Amino acid sequence: MNDMTFTERAVTTDEIKITARDVQVHYGETHAIKDVSVDILDKTVTAFIGPSGCGKSTFLRCLNRMNDTIDICRVDGDILLDGEDIYDKRVDPVQLRAKVGMVFQKPNPFPKSIYDNVAYGPKIHGLTRSRAELDEVVESSLRKAALWNEVKDRLHAPGTGLSGGQQQRLCIARAVATSPEVLLMDEPCSALDPIATAQVEELIDELRANFSVVIVTHSMQQAARVSQKTAFFHLGNLVEYDDTDKIFTNPTDPRTESYITGRIG
Amino acid sequence: MSDATLHDAQPTKRSLHQIDARTKRRNAAESRFKMLGIGAIGIGIAFLIILLSTIVVNGASAFQQSFLEVPVYLDPAKLDKKGNRDPADLKKATTFTYAPLIEKGLLDAVQSAGIETPLSKTKDMKNLISSSAAAQLRDRVLADPSLIGQTVTAKILASSRVDGYLKGRVHRAEIAQDKNITVEQLDLADALIKAGILHKSFNLDFILGSDASDSRAEQAGIGVSMLGSFYMMLVVLVLALPIGVAASIYLEEFAPKNRFTDLIEVNISNLAAVPSIVFGILGLAVFIQFAHLPQSAPLVGGLVLTLMTLPTIIISTRAALKAVPPSIRDAALGIGASKMQATFHHVLPLAMPGILTGTIIGLAQALGETAPLLLIGMVGFIATNAPDGFWDGFVSPNSAMPAQIYEWAKRADPAFYERAWGGIIILLIFLLGMNIIAIILRRKFERRW
Repeated sequence: MNDMTFTERAVTTDEIKITARDVQVHYGETHAIKDVSVDILDKTVTAFIGPSGCGKSTFLRCLNRMNDTIDICRVDGDILLDGEDIYDKRVDPVQLRAKVGMVFQKPNPFPKSIYDNVAYGPKIHGLTRSRAELDEVVESSLRKAALWNEVKDRLHAPGTGLSGGQQQRLCIARAVATSPEVLLMDEPCSALDPIATAQVEELIDELRANFSVVIVTHSMQQAARVSQKTAFFHLGNLVEYDDTDKIFTNPTDPRTESYITGRIG
Repeated sequence: MSDATLHDAQPTKRSLHQIDARTKRRNAAESRFKMLGIGAIGIGIAFLIILLSTIVVNGASAFQQSFLEVPVYLDPAKLDKKGNRDPADLKKATTFTYAPLIEKGLLDAVQSAGIETPLSKTKDMKNLISSSAAAQLRDRVLADPSLIGQTVTAKILASSRVDGYLKGRVHRAEIAQDKNITVEQLDLADALIKAGILHKSFNLDFILGSDASDSRAEQAGIGVSMLGSFYMMLVVLVLALPIGVAASIYLEEFAPKNRFTDLIEVNISNLAAVPSIVFGILGLAVFIQFAHLPQSAPLVGGLVLTLMTLPTIIISTRAALKAVPPSIRDAALGIGASKMQATFHHVLPLAMPGILTGTIIGLAQALGETAPLLLIGMVGFIATNAPDGFWDGFVSPNSAMPAQIYEWAKRADPAFYERAWGGIIILLIFLLGMNIIAIILRRKFERRW
């Protein structure tokens, strides 16, 4: 574990963005998430780690109700965003997802131009009044995603023509464009090469200034590099949740220790 | 521990240049399979060539027709007895008045060309001339009464026997029992060809004209039933495409997956396999007997074919929607698009090529469908009058191309035989055209990156 370098910036806020209490998720007969309670802080990168099938992605998808699209999935318990229950009947998942953006494992730009990819969110949410304003949002989003300099001359080229790392940053720009408050990232680097991964990781750290970022990752090094808080999931349970350096240097639970030293998972 | 000794045994070293028996067998099996595949494709191509060449050989002659060019004196004494050129009075002169004028004209032409023939009476000319010629001449005169009193050159259809003789369908040896032609008349036909009066030329009326009665094969054309097919395709396109696409989008993207939707899905697949004649009798019972829509109308035909085409369109549209990667839906939903926005902005455009291909294949199937049309009265011989105006085309009795072809194929006069084949050529050209459109649309809408 000597190759791990922990991010130097510590947690800058204690403001809680998302509160989860006793969350249970069932896929049909399968009990995928068991009694998960966690507080996710604002302006912080929180990493979810754990072996495959431990439920970390499932839990992430609960946070913006992407699980709604799966018929057999049932979510119980409370998840509060700024104190409001996101599973309340009055909540429209469409509005929620504008506030809680998501970046997926595989870069999935729309088969449209780079500009249209980024502009789509602001357009459907009516965030801009004029073309000029939209241009501005597109530019600032691409800047936030550290992609502007690479694509500014070919905004109307197809987004799918970019390299894998660029595509993933485009997807981040697309998610950022709707000015969300939380950004969920489901293994955003698993399809990228080390250089693109480094770029995206750097980006995640910058995004922390404006958003609460939750990232699911298989790479413990990555969790150590980018996050301030880490949650370790195992078999649907949240085993341990603490400051990242604490988890990796001095875990409380023996299961966490086994996982980070490579004995389980 | 015989097991262990088996694994421990040293593998004998073999040269790579020496192919062992197992590999040889494998390669032999592979080349056998390749030969089989090539053979199957070869047989397919051979049958296609045989089919197409038979169709062309039998049908090409339908696009040519024998015409007589005859100067006809439009005798005022017969056509306009009162001499006032009043259209109402001119209409009283029936085709029976015109026919002898044409026969006389032909006889005069024969005599002035110096052709030697035992046929010297006007009546003898009758069998050479199509019985539709008089009607055509009459129409021409009624359209322009000033022609009366003049000698006009009329390009008139030769009778189907003469036409058959020119095309090699009627032989001298076989006409002994034929009341419609004699050997002398065939001799005369030969002489007329030499004199340049009788000749074959391209017959646009076969493509644009209407069906004719059993005795006038030379006049029959496929144009009106082509219109019937066109109107039916219009109805099918306007109804089946939106209904089919809407149903598939709902089933694929919105509907909950439960027993009820499973049942619907199974039934749609079953409907696609229902024989078309069942749809025909359904149309007869529902649209004509219950809803009292007009019989033989392309509107009803279109409705029946819509029912028949819907399953095809729904199945292919659902397949096209399924083929769109779910990551696109996730991407759209993930930034807060509603399900409908995700579907219409992202999924549907990507599924478009598949949907269009399925629709056009469905339309092509409908275009070639005969059986259900016969049940709702769209039989071939109905297609004798072109509709008056665009909207009338939906309700005026008509037929469709395949029903017309079927009608010709079952008529007794062999002259209709070539017309059936000719009709098939036109139908195939339409199908080919539609498939080409499908390919072009597919290319056009395909994701360009």
